[in-house]
Amino acid sequence: MAIEVRIPTILRTYTDGEKAVAGSGATLAELFADLETRHTGIEARIVDEGKLRRFVNVYLNDEDVRFLDGIDTKLSDGDSVTILPAVAGGMV
Amino acid sequence: MRYDSPLAAVGNTPLVRLPRLSPSEDVRIWAKLEDRNPTGSVKDRPALHMIEQAEKDGRLTPGCTILEPTSGNTGISLAMAAKLKGYRIVCVMPENTSEERRQLLAMWGAEIISSPAAGGSNTAVRVAKELAAEHPDWVMLYQYGNPDNAGAHYATTGPEILADLPSITHFVAGLGTTGTLMGVGRYLREHKPDVKIVAAEPRYDDLVYGLRNLDEGFVPELYDASVLTTRFSVGSADAVTRTRELLQQEGIFAGVSTGAALHAAIGMGRKAVKAGESADIAFVVADGGWKYLSTGLYTAATTEEAIATVQGQLWA
Repeated sequence: MAIEVRIPTILRTYTDGEKAVAGSGATLAELFADLETRHTGIEARIVDEGKLRRFVNVYLNDEDVRFLDGIDTKLSDGDSVTILPAVAGGMV
Repeated sequence: MRYDSPLAAVGNTPLVRLPRLSPSEDVRIWAKLEDRNPTGSVKDRPALHMIEQAEKDGRLTPGCTILEPTSGNTGISLAMAAKLKGYRIVCVMPENTSEERRQLLAMWGAEIISSPAAGGSNTAVRVAKELAAEHPDWVMLYQYGNPDNAGAHYATTGPEILADLPSITHFVAGLGTTGTLMGVGRYLREHKPDVKIVAAEPRYDDLVYGLRNLDEGFVPELYDASVLTTRFSVGSADAVTRTRELLQQEGIFAGVSTGAALHAAIGMGRKAVKAGESADIAFVVADGGWKYLSTGLYTAATTEEAIATVQGQLWA
Protein backbone atom coordinates (compact mmCIF):
# COMPACT_ATOMS: atom_id res chain seq x y z
CA MET A 1 0.00 0.00 0.00
CA ALA A 2 1.73 3.16 -1.19
CA ILE A 3 1.07 6.52 0.38
CA GLU A 4 2.82 9.68 -0.74
CA VAL A 5 4.17 11.73 2.15
CA ARG A 6 5.17 15.34 1.51
CA ILE A 7 8.00 16.41 3.77
CA PRO A 8 8.58 20.01 4.93
CA THR A 9 12.03 21.57 4.37
CA ILE A 10 12.86 21.38 8.06
CA LEU A 11 12.50 17.56 8.08
CA ARG A 12 14.34 16.84 4.82
CA THR A 13 17.55 16.19 6.72
CA TYR A 14 15.91 12.83 7.51
CA THR A 15 14.98 12.09 3.90
CA ASP A 16 18.27 12.95 2.13
CA GLY A 17 16.67 16.14 0.91
CA GLU A 18 13.69 14.40 -0.72
CA LYS A 19 10.54 16.54 -0.86
CA ALA A 20 8.28 13.51 -0.89
CA VAL A 21 8.74 9.90 0.14
CA ALA A 22 6.59 6.79 -0.08
CA GLY A 23 5.36 4.94 2.98
CA SER A 24 2.79 2.40 4.06
CA GLY A 25 0.45 1.72 6.95
CA ALA A 26 -3.22 1.28 7.73
CA THR A 27 -3.20 4.36 9.95
CA LEU A 28 -1.12 7.51 10.26
CA ALA A 29 0.60 6.10 13.36
CA GLU A 30 1.63 3.04 11.34
CA LEU A 31 2.76 5.25 8.47
CA PHE A 32 5.04 7.32 10.71
CA ALA A 33 6.44 4.11 12.27
CA ASP A 34 7.11 2.82 8.75
CA LEU A 35 8.90 6.06 7.80
CA GLU A 36 11.04 5.72 10.93
CA THR A 37 12.45 2.38 9.67
CA ARG A 38 14.04 4.17 6.70
CA HIS A 39 14.39 7.75 8.02
CA THR A 40 15.66 7.32 11.56
CA GLY A 41 14.62 10.14 13.89
CA ILE A 42 11.74 11.53 11.83
CA GLU A 43 8.93 9.99 13.90
CA ALA A 44 9.93 11.78 17.09
CA ARG A 45 9.81 15.12 15.27
CA ILE A 46 6.16 14.56 14.34
CA VAL A 47 4.79 12.49 17.21
CA ASP A 48 5.20 12.91 20.95
CA GLU A 49 3.76 10.43 23.44
CA GLY A 50 1.36 9.01 20.87
CA LYS A 51 0.01 12.40 19.76
CA LEU A 52 0.85 14.86 17.02
CA ARG A 53 3.18 17.58 18.23
CA ARG A 54 1.42 20.89 18.84
CA PHE A 55 3.06 22.89 16.06
CA VAL A 56 2.99 20.11 13.47
CA ASN A 57 0.03 19.97 11.11
CA VAL A 58 -0.68 16.79 9.16
CA TYR A 59 -3.13 16.71 6.26
CA LEU A 60 -4.70 13.67 4.61
CA ASN A 61 -5.66 14.62 1.04
CA ASP A 62 -5.52 18.28 2.18
CA GLU A 63 -7.83 17.76 5.20
CA ASP A 64 -6.38 18.43 8.67
CA VAL A 65 -6.21 15.04 10.43
CA ARG A 66 -7.01 16.67 13.78
CA PHE A 67 -10.58 16.88 12.43
CA LEU A 68 -10.50 13.23 11.31
CA ASP A 69 -9.15 10.69 13.80
CA GLY A 70 -5.81 12.31 14.54
CA ILE A 71 -2.92 9.90 14.52
CA ASP A 72 -5.38 6.97 14.31
CA THR A 73 -6.80 8.26 11.00
CA LYS A 74 -7.17 5.37 8.55
CA LEU A 75 -5.28 5.48 5.27
CA SER A 76 -5.99 4.00 1.84
CA ASP A 77 -3.81 3.19 -1.11
CA GLY A 78 -3.08 6.30 -3.15
CA ASP A 79 -3.66 8.74 -0.29
CA SER A 80 -1.48 11.81 0.00
CA VAL A 81 -0.20 12.94 3.40
CA THR A 82 1.31 16.41 3.88
CA ILE A 83 3.30 17.43 6.94
CA LEU A 84 3.66 21.18 7.61
CA PRO A 85 4.77 23.44 10.43
CA ALA A 86 1.94 25.56 11.89
CA VAL A 87 2.22 29.12 10.62
CA ALA A 88 0.26 32.31 10.94
CA GLY A 89 -1.36 32.76 7.57
CA GLY A 90 -4.38 34.06 5.80
CA MET A 91 -5.62 37.52 5.12
CA VAL A 92 -4.16 39.29 8.10
CA MET B 1 -28.36 53.14 2.20
CA ARG B 2 -27.22 56.22 4.08
CA TYR B 3 -24.56 56.49 6.80
CA ASP B 4 -23.36 59.31 9.04
CA SER B 5 -19.64 58.82 8.26
CA PRO B 6 -17.31 56.60 6.23
CA LEU B 7 -16.51 54.52 9.32
CA ALA B 8 -20.20 53.89 9.90
CA ALA B 9 -20.40 52.27 6.46
CA VAL B 10 -18.42 49.18 7.53
CA GLY B 11 -20.35 45.94 7.00
CA ASN B 12 -23.80 45.27 5.51
CA THR B 13 -22.18 43.71 2.47
CA PRO B 14 -24.06 41.83 -0.29
CA LEU B 15 -24.43 38.05 -0.38
CA VAL B 16 -24.60 36.84 -3.98
CA ARG B 17 -25.36 33.40 -5.40
CA LEU B 18 -22.84 31.99 -7.86
CA PRO B 19 -25.06 30.36 -10.49
CA ARG B 20 -22.22 29.01 -12.63
CA LEU B 21 -19.87 27.74 -9.92
CA SER B 22 -22.62 26.15 -7.80
CA PRO B 23 -22.46 22.36 -8.32
CA SER B 24 -26.24 21.91 -8.83
CA GLU B 25 -29.67 23.52 -8.41
CA ASP B 26 -29.87 22.09 -4.87
CA VAL B 27 -26.29 22.76 -3.87
CA ARG B 28 -25.78 26.49 -4.01
CA ILE B 29 -22.69 28.57 -3.34
CA TRP B 30 -23.02 32.13 -2.04
CA ALA B 31 -20.30 34.78 -1.92
CA LYS B 32 -20.20 37.33 0.92
CA LEU B 33 -18.63 40.35 -0.78
CA GLU B 34 -16.42 41.77 1.94
CA ASP B 35 -14.42 43.73 -0.63
CA ARG B 36 -17.34 46.19 -0.46
CA ASN B 37 -16.11 47.62 2.83
CA PRO B 38 -14.64 51.16 3.00
CA THR B 39 -10.98 50.14 2.53
CA GLY B 40 -11.83 47.12 0.39
CA SER B 41 -11.46 44.17 2.73
CA VAL B 42 -13.15 42.14 5.46
CA LYS B 43 -10.58 43.57 7.89
CA ASP B 44 -12.48 46.84 8.24
CA ARG B 45 -14.83 44.99 10.59
CA PRO B 46 -12.31 43.73 13.18
CA ALA B 47 -10.04 46.79 12.84
CA LEU B 48 -12.79 49.27 13.64
CA HIS B 49 -14.26 47.08 16.38
CA MET B 50 -10.86 46.54 18.06
CA ILE B 51 -10.18 50.30 18.01
CA GLU B 52 -13.58 51.23 19.36
CA GLN B 53 -13.48 48.62 22.12
CA ALA B 54 -9.96 49.78 23.11
CA GLU B 55 -11.26 53.37 23.25
CA LYS B 56 -14.17 52.25 25.40
CA ASP B 57 -12.01 50.43 27.93
CA GLY B 58 -9.46 53.27 28.02
CA ARG B 59 -6.47 51.44 26.47
CA LEU B 60 -6.51 53.78 23.49
CA THR B 61 -6.53 57.51 24.23
CA PRO B 62 -5.92 60.58 22.01
CA GLY B 63 -2.29 60.82 20.83
CA CYS B 64 -1.62 57.07 21.20
CA THR B 65 0.53 55.06 18.76
CA ILE B 66 -1.03 51.84 17.45
CA LEU B 67 1.30 48.92 16.58
CA GLU B 68 0.20 45.86 14.58
CA PRO B 69 1.76 42.87 12.80
CA THR B 70 -0.05 42.56 9.46
CA SER B 71 0.49 41.26 5.95
CA GLY B 72 -1.57 44.19 4.75
CA ASN B 73 -5.32 44.31 5.04
CA THR B 74 -5.65 44.79 8.79
CA GLY B 75 -2.95 47.44 8.65
CA ILE B 76 -4.78 49.26 5.85
CA SER B 77 -8.06 49.17 7.80
CA LEU B 78 -6.42 50.28 11.03
CA ALA B 79 -4.49 53.03 9.23
CA MET B 80 -7.64 54.47 7.70
CA ALA B 81 -9.46 54.47 11.03
CA ALA B 82 -6.34 55.83 12.80
CA LYS B 83 -6.11 58.69 10.28
CA LEU B 84 -9.73 59.69 10.85
CA LYS B 85 -9.43 59.34 14.61
CA GLY B 86 -6.01 60.99 14.97
CA TYR B 87 -3.74 58.11 16.05
CA ARG B 88 -0.21 57.37 14.85
CA ILE B 89 0.18 53.82 13.50
CA VAL B 90 3.18 51.52 12.98
CA CYS B 91 2.72 48.27 10.97
CA VAL B 92 5.12 45.31 10.95
CA MET B 93 4.82 43.55 7.60
CA PRO B 94 6.77 40.70 5.92
CA GLU B 95 9.08 42.14 3.23
CA ASN B 96 7.68 39.77 0.56
CA THR B 97 4.19 41.28 0.42
CA SER B 98 3.02 43.21 -2.61
CA GLU B 99 4.00 46.77 -3.46
CA GLU B 100 0.33 47.79 -3.60
CA ARG B 101 -0.07 47.03 0.09
CA ARG B 102 2.95 49.16 0.99
CA GLN B 103 1.59 52.09 -1.00
CA LEU B 104 -1.87 51.75 0.54
CA LEU B 105 -0.43 51.74 4.05
CA ALA B 106 1.77 54.75 3.28
CA MET B 107 -1.19 56.54 1.72
CA TRP B 108 -3.16 56.30 4.96
CA GLY B 109 -0.13 57.55 6.87
CA ALA B 110 1.07 54.28 8.40
CA GLU B 111 4.75 53.78 9.15
CA ILE B 112 5.99 50.38 7.92
CA ILE B 113 8.62 48.22 9.57
CA SER B 114 9.62 45.27 7.36
CA SER B 115 10.17 41.85 8.87
CA PRO B 116 12.24 39.16 7.08
CA ALA B 117 10.46 37.12 4.38
CA ALA B 118 11.54 33.86 5.98
CA GLY B 119 8.89 32.76 8.42
CA GLY B 120 6.25 35.03 6.90
CA SER B 121 3.62 36.32 9.28
CA ASN B 122 5.10 34.32 12.17
CA THR B 123 8.18 36.52 11.99
CA ALA B 124 6.08 39.70 11.74
CA VAL B 125 4.27 38.68 14.92
CA ARG B 126 7.57 38.05 16.72
CA VAL B 127 9.06 41.39 15.60
CA ALA B 128 5.90 43.24 16.67
CA LYS B 129 5.96 41.58 20.09
CA GLU B 130 9.60 42.69 20.50
CA LEU B 131 8.71 46.27 19.52
CA ALA B 132 5.79 46.26 21.94
CA ALA B 133 8.17 45.27 24.74
CA GLU B 134 10.55 48.11 23.77
CA HIS B 135 7.72 50.68 23.60
CA PRO B 136 5.36 50.00 26.47
CA ASP B 137 3.36 53.15 25.63
CA TRP B 138 2.43 51.82 22.15
CA VAL B 139 -0.90 50.01 21.91
CA MET B 140 -0.79 46.68 20.11
CA LEU B 141 -4.37 45.70 19.32
CA TYR B 142 -2.98 42.30 18.30
CA GLN B 143 -5.52 40.79 15.92
CA TYR B 144 -4.31 37.21 16.57
CA GLY B 145 -5.28 37.28 20.22
CA ASN B 146 -7.82 40.10 20.58
CA PRO B 147 -11.31 38.71 21.31
CA ASP B 148 -12.78 41.85 19.70
CA ASN B 149 -11.49 40.57 16.33
CA ALA B 150 -13.78 37.52 16.52
CA GLY B 151 -16.30 39.70 18.36
CA ALA B 152 -16.71 41.94 15.31
CA HIS B 153 -17.78 38.95 13.22
CA TYR B 154 -20.00 37.57 15.95
CA ALA B 155 -21.76 40.94 16.17
CA THR B 156 -22.06 41.75 12.45
CA THR B 157 -20.89 39.26 9.79
CA GLY B 158 -22.64 36.26 11.37
CA PRO B 159 -26.04 37.96 11.84
CA GLU B 160 -25.92 39.43 8.30
CA ILE B 161 -25.28 36.01 6.74
CA LEU B 162 -27.98 34.25 8.74
CA ALA B 163 -30.53 37.00 7.95
CA ASP B 164 -29.78 36.73 4.20
CA LEU B 165 -29.49 32.92 4.13
CA PRO B 166 -31.59 31.27 6.86
CA SER B 167 -31.14 27.91 5.10
CA ILE B 168 -27.32 28.04 5.41
CA THR B 169 -25.67 24.60 5.80
CA HIS B 170 -21.96 25.52 5.45
CA PHE B 171 -19.82 28.54 6.20
CA VAL B 172 -16.35 28.66 4.62
CA ALA B 173 -13.63 31.25 5.16
CA GLY B 174 -9.88 31.63 5.01
CA LEU B 175 -7.93 30.84 8.16
CA GLY B 176 -5.50 33.52 9.25
CA THR B 177 -6.05 35.12 12.62
CA THR B 178 -9.06 32.76 12.76
CA GLY B 179 -11.25 35.74 13.78
CA THR B 180 -13.80 35.41 10.95
CA LEU B 181 -14.26 31.67 11.48
CA MET B 182 -14.41 31.92 15.28
CA GLY B 183 -16.87 34.84 15.33
CA VAL B 184 -19.20 33.81 12.51
CA GLY B 185 -18.85 30.14 13.49
CA ARG B 186 -19.95 30.72 17.08
CA TYR B 187 -22.87 32.90 16.03
CA LEU B 188 -24.16 30.46 13.43
CA ARG B 189 -23.76 27.44 15.75
CA GLU B 190 -25.95 29.12 18.35
CA HIS B 191 -28.73 29.53 15.80
CA LYS B 192 -28.14 26.53 13.52
CA PRO B 193 -26.47 23.79 15.59
CA ASP B 194 -25.90 21.56 12.54
CA VAL B 195 -24.13 24.18 10.42
CA LYS B 196 -20.69 23.11 9.15
CA ILE B 197 -17.86 25.58 9.75
CA VAL B 198 -15.01 24.98 7.30
CA ALA B 199 -11.57 26.61 7.32
CA ALA B 200 -9.44 27.07 4.20
CA GLU B 201 -5.85 27.45 5.26
CA PRO B 202 -3.33 28.79 2.72
CA ARG B 203 -0.46 26.42 1.93
CA TYR B 204 2.56 28.29 0.65
CA ASP B 205 5.74 27.29 -1.06
CA ASP B 206 8.79 25.99 0.75
CA LEU B 207 10.32 29.47 1.00
CA VAL B 208 7.70 30.55 3.49
CA TYR B 209 8.02 27.47 5.66
CA GLY B 210 11.70 26.90 5.02
CA LEU B 211 13.24 28.08 8.25
CA ARG B 212 10.36 27.27 10.54
CA ASN B 213 11.34 25.14 13.44
CA LEU B 214 8.65 22.59 14.21
CA ASP B 215 8.93 23.35 17.90
CA GLU B 216 8.39 27.09 17.48
CA GLY B 217 5.28 27.20 15.32
CA PHE B 218 2.50 29.65 15.78
CA VAL B 219 -1.16 29.07 16.56
CA PRO B 220 -3.19 32.28 17.01
CA GLU B 221 -4.44 32.72 20.56
CA LEU B 222 -7.97 33.18 19.19
CA TYR B 223 -8.03 29.72 17.62
CA ASP B 224 -10.52 27.29 19.16
CA ALA B 225 -10.62 24.08 17.13
CA SER B 226 -14.00 23.11 18.63
CA VAL B 227 -15.70 25.83 16.56
CA LEU B 228 -14.60 24.21 13.29
CA THR B 229 -16.10 21.18 11.58
CA THR B 230 -13.01 20.71 9.49
CA ARG B 231 -9.99 22.45 8.04
CA PHE B 232 -8.48 22.20 4.57
CA SER B 233 -5.02 23.12 3.41
CA VAL B 234 -5.25 24.79 -0.01
CA GLY B 235 -2.10 25.14 -2.09
CA SER B 236 -1.18 28.06 -4.34
CA ALA B 237 -2.14 26.20 -7.53
CA ASP B 238 -5.73 25.51 -6.41
CA ALA B 239 -6.14 29.01 -4.94
CA VAL B 240 -4.97 30.73 -8.13
CA THR B 241 -7.06 28.41 -10.33
CA ARG B 242 -10.24 29.21 -8.37
CA THR B 243 -9.47 32.94 -8.25
CA ARG B 244 -9.36 32.94 -12.06
CA GLU B 245 -12.53 30.83 -12.35
CA LEU B 246 -14.37 33.24 -10.07
CA LEU B 247 -13.34 36.10 -12.36
CA GLN B 248 -14.00 34.34 -15.64
CA GLN B 249 -17.23 32.51 -14.77
CA GLU B 250 -18.92 34.83 -12.28
CA GLY B 251 -17.25 38.18 -12.97
CA ILE B 252 -16.00 38.59 -9.40
CA PHE B 253 -12.51 40.10 -9.17
CA ALA B 254 -11.14 38.79 -5.87
CA GLY B 255 -7.83 38.30 -4.09
CA VAL B 256 -6.08 34.94 -4.00
CA SER B 257 -7.12 33.91 -0.49
CA THR B 258 -10.71 34.07 -1.77
CA GLY B 259 -9.77 31.46 -4.36
CA ALA B 260 -8.62 29.21 -1.50
CA ALA B 261 -11.94 29.64 0.32
CA LEU B 262 -13.87 29.02 -2.91
CA HIS B 263 -11.87 25.83 -3.49
CA ALA B 264 -12.95 24.50 -0.08
CA ALA B 265 -16.55 25.65 -0.71
CA ILE B 266 -16.70 23.79 -4.03
CA GLY B 267 -15.15 20.72 -2.35
CA MET B 268 -17.88 20.74 0.31
CA GLY B 269 -20.48 21.28 -2.42
CA ARG B 270 -19.32 18.24 -4.36
CA LYS B 271 -19.50 16.14 -1.19
CA ALA B 272 -23.11 17.27 -0.72
CA VAL B 273 -23.97 16.39 -4.33
CA LYS B 274 -22.44 12.91 -3.89
CA ALA B 275 -24.40 12.37 -0.69
CA GLY B 276 -27.61 13.46 -2.42
CA GLU B 277 -28.06 16.35 0.01
CA SER B 278 -29.08 19.93 -0.69
CA ALA B 279 -26.80 22.66 0.63
CA ASP B 280 -26.44 26.43 0.94
CA ILE B 281 -22.76 27.20 1.26
CA ALA B 282 -21.64 30.74 2.10
CA PHE B 283 -17.99 31.73 1.72
CA VAL B 284 -16.12 34.96 2.29
CA VAL B 285 -14.65 37.10 -0.47
CA ALA B 286 -12.05 38.67 1.80
CA ASP B 287 -10.82 41.34 -0.62
CA GLY B 288 -10.73 42.37 -4.26
CA GLY B 289 -7.90 41.58 -6.65
CA TRP B 290 -6.55 45.13 -6.89
CA LYS B 291 -3.68 44.62 -4.47
CA TYR B 292 -2.45 41.57 -6.41
CA LEU B 293 -2.56 42.99 -9.94
CA SER B 294 1.21 43.41 -10.05
CA THR B 295 1.63 39.62 -9.80
CA GLY B 296 0.13 39.33 -13.31
CA LEU B 297 -1.95 36.33 -12.27
CA TYR B 298 -5.25 37.69 -13.61
CA THR B 299 -3.95 38.39 -17.10
CA ALA B 300 -1.55 35.43 -17.48
CA ALA B 301 -2.39 33.49 -20.65
CA THR B 302 -2.67 30.15 -18.86
CA THR B 303 -3.43 29.02 -15.33
CA GLU B 304 0.04 27.43 -15.18
CA GLU B 305 1.66 30.81 -15.89
CA ALA B 306 -0.61 32.44 -13.33
CA ILE B 307 0.40 29.90 -10.67
CA ALA B 308 4.07 30.60 -11.38
CA THR B 309 3.54 34.32 -10.68
CA VAL B 310 2.80 33.73 -6.99
CA GLN B 311 5.74 31.41 -6.25
CA GLY B 312 7.43 32.39 -3.01
CA GLN B 313 4.88 35.12 -2.25
CA LEU B 314 2.55 35.48 0.67
CA TRP B 315 -0.65 35.56 -1.34
CA ALA B 316 -3.03 35.66 1.55
